[in-house]
Amino acid sequence: MKKNKTSVTGTVKKRDPRKDWQLYLFLLLPMIYIILFKYIPMAELVIAFKDYHVRKGIWGSDWVGFANFIKFFESYKFWRVIKNTVILSLYAIVVAFPLPIIFALMVNCLRNKKFKKVAQVIVNLPHFISTVVMVGIVFSVLNSRTGLYGMLFHELTGSYPEDLFASPGAFRHIYVWSGVWQNFGWNSIIYQAALTSVDPSFHEAAQIDGASRLKRVFYIDLPALLPTIITMLILRMGSVMSIGFEKVFLMQNSLNLSVSEVISTYEYQIGLSSNGSGDFSLATAVGMFNSVIQFALVIIVNKISKQVSETSQW
Amino acid sequence: MKTKQKNSQDRVFYLVSYFISVVLVLIVLYPIIYVLSSSVSDADAVAQGKVWLVPVNFTLDAYKRVLAYNKVWTGYGNTIIYTVSGTLINLAITLMCAYPLARKNLRWRGTIMLIFSFTMMFGGGIIPNYILIRELGMLNTRWSIIIPGAMSVYNMIVCRTFIETNIAEEMQEACQIDGCDDFQFFFKMVLPLSKAIIAVLALWYAVDHWNSYFNAFLYLKDSDKYPLQIILREILIQSEGMKGSDDTLAEDMANSQNLYLTLKYAVIVVSTLPLFCVYPFVQKYFQEGVMVGSVKG
Repeated sequence: MKKNKTSVTGTVKKRDPRKDWQLYLFLLLPMIYIILFKYIPMAELVIAFKDYHVRKGIWGSDWVGFANFIKFFESYKFWRVIKNTVILSLYAIVVAFPLPIIFALMVNCLRNKKFKKVAQVIVNLPHFISTVVMVGIVFSVLNSRTGLYGMLFHELTGSYPEDLFASPGAFRHIYVWSGVWQNFGWNSIIYQAALTSVDPSFHEAAQIDGASRLKRVFYIDLPALLPTIITMLILRMGSVMSIGFEKVFLMQNSLNLSVSEVISTYEYQIGLSSNGSGDFSLATAVGMFNSVIQFALVIIVNKISKQVSETSQW
Repeated sequence: MKTKQKNSQDRVFYLVSYFISVVLVLIVLYPIIYVLSSSVSDADAVAQGKVWLVPVNFTLDAYKRVLAYNKVWTGYGNTIIYTVSGTLINLAITLMCAYPLARKNLRWRGTIMLIFSFTMMFGGGIIPNYILIRELGMLNTRWSIIIPGAMSVYNMIVCRTFIETNIAEEMQEACQIDGCDDFQFFFKMVLPLSKAIIAVLALWYAVDHWNSYFNAFLYLKDSDKYPLQIILREILIQSEGMKGSDDTLAEDMANSQNLYLTLKYAVIVVSTLPLFCVYPFVQKYFQEGVMVGSVKG
């Protein structure tokens, strides 16, 4: 398959660009967009190596070398934000990765088509809730007095529980499990799609040999999913350092900051937040440090995935 | 004998998988129903913990309050503006980019693809983007919401893959012989034949616009340009800490803590309902899109 592909691309004759001028005209606007909004910000990363002042501008500001990075590495926040980012991310992977797979395998076994359809629609719904509303729902439902959590606790024990959002211990669990609630259905779509392509004759043959449904899940369905699972896991591992800013930021408060401050929120806090220092250079250095590690991870992971797919195919 | 045993084993298995599926569906459904019921219940009943599943003392008070609140209306209007114009721009740029790159014999195709896909792996980050928007004079303008996200490279690749696999090169060659140039081919053949992917992309982009708050949060100062999500943030999240702004909602908060509780639920419903109502009808497109995306590798 792979060989075939390369030989096909190898024989494609590239056309004279002058004949395709209209095609390049199509590309003009997207190119301008990508250069202006993606590559210029990359070029602006130089301010991480400068002492940026608005008046002097990006190019007029003084060079300071790695001073901003060193400042970040030496600050007491450094290990804290790294640790928080990695822990939160790994926790999310460990919990949120297997569940969609299990769900897909289970839904695949359901024989009542109507129930299957309805179940699929319902579990996908939360995916469309915006981050702001999601966090709003979490706050409301888990409120220790007026939320479901507080009411249930009161009903069972007669007293009100501690405020979950004031305790740093609860932050990671709330963050990860609300994410699971919101996305496990959506994330299982890709596995459900892969399962529909399993040849039914495998199942028929196994059935004739007397294999139970459970056995068929383990010996037919799961192996069929394996390539997808590996690809998805590798992709997911590549994004360990990139915790989305939005949800963490919305769930952050002064009481849980010790566990909820991640690299991206720290970058924002230094540079733009009203209680930050407004130090654009330091903030950019923090962000750049994150992007570079992230980039390295993606490259490594891609290398691994190529290796894996080469050995696993044929 | 053996088959009987097998059948009963299977029966247990099916029973268990139905049971777990039903439980999962209920876990997803329950908070949604709870929010919905609370939003139409009497505020005091909600505060006293009397609402568990069905509304108690049905009332639309909270909705009346929410709809009387001007900011919600302007937010809604702004979000519609951003969603519609943003999605149209997204579609135009994405298609303009995907169409030429779907041609295998385009000179420099690999290089151009690399230029685009590199931005998926590396980027400037929050501060450089902010500086750029400021230098462009887009701070506190509606453009800052629409333009910086004019195209998602991932979506462009999905679209390119679709065009590549669904519109045969032979077709383009045949048209060329008939004297059709690349513009005509795009408008007369590619666009009509790409309806399915255009629908998927439109939905993806529109949902993103509807739900996004980050750019608005960073770049907008005037509250009359705020999209709904920023207003929601004020009502749902910031309220915990700050209750002192100078509008009718703040008054409501201060006057009646309980009413404010149901008001939050009503706001959640008002903002999310449109997507929930549309979704079941378009879900098959969404799923198709996920699959088109997954075969790109």
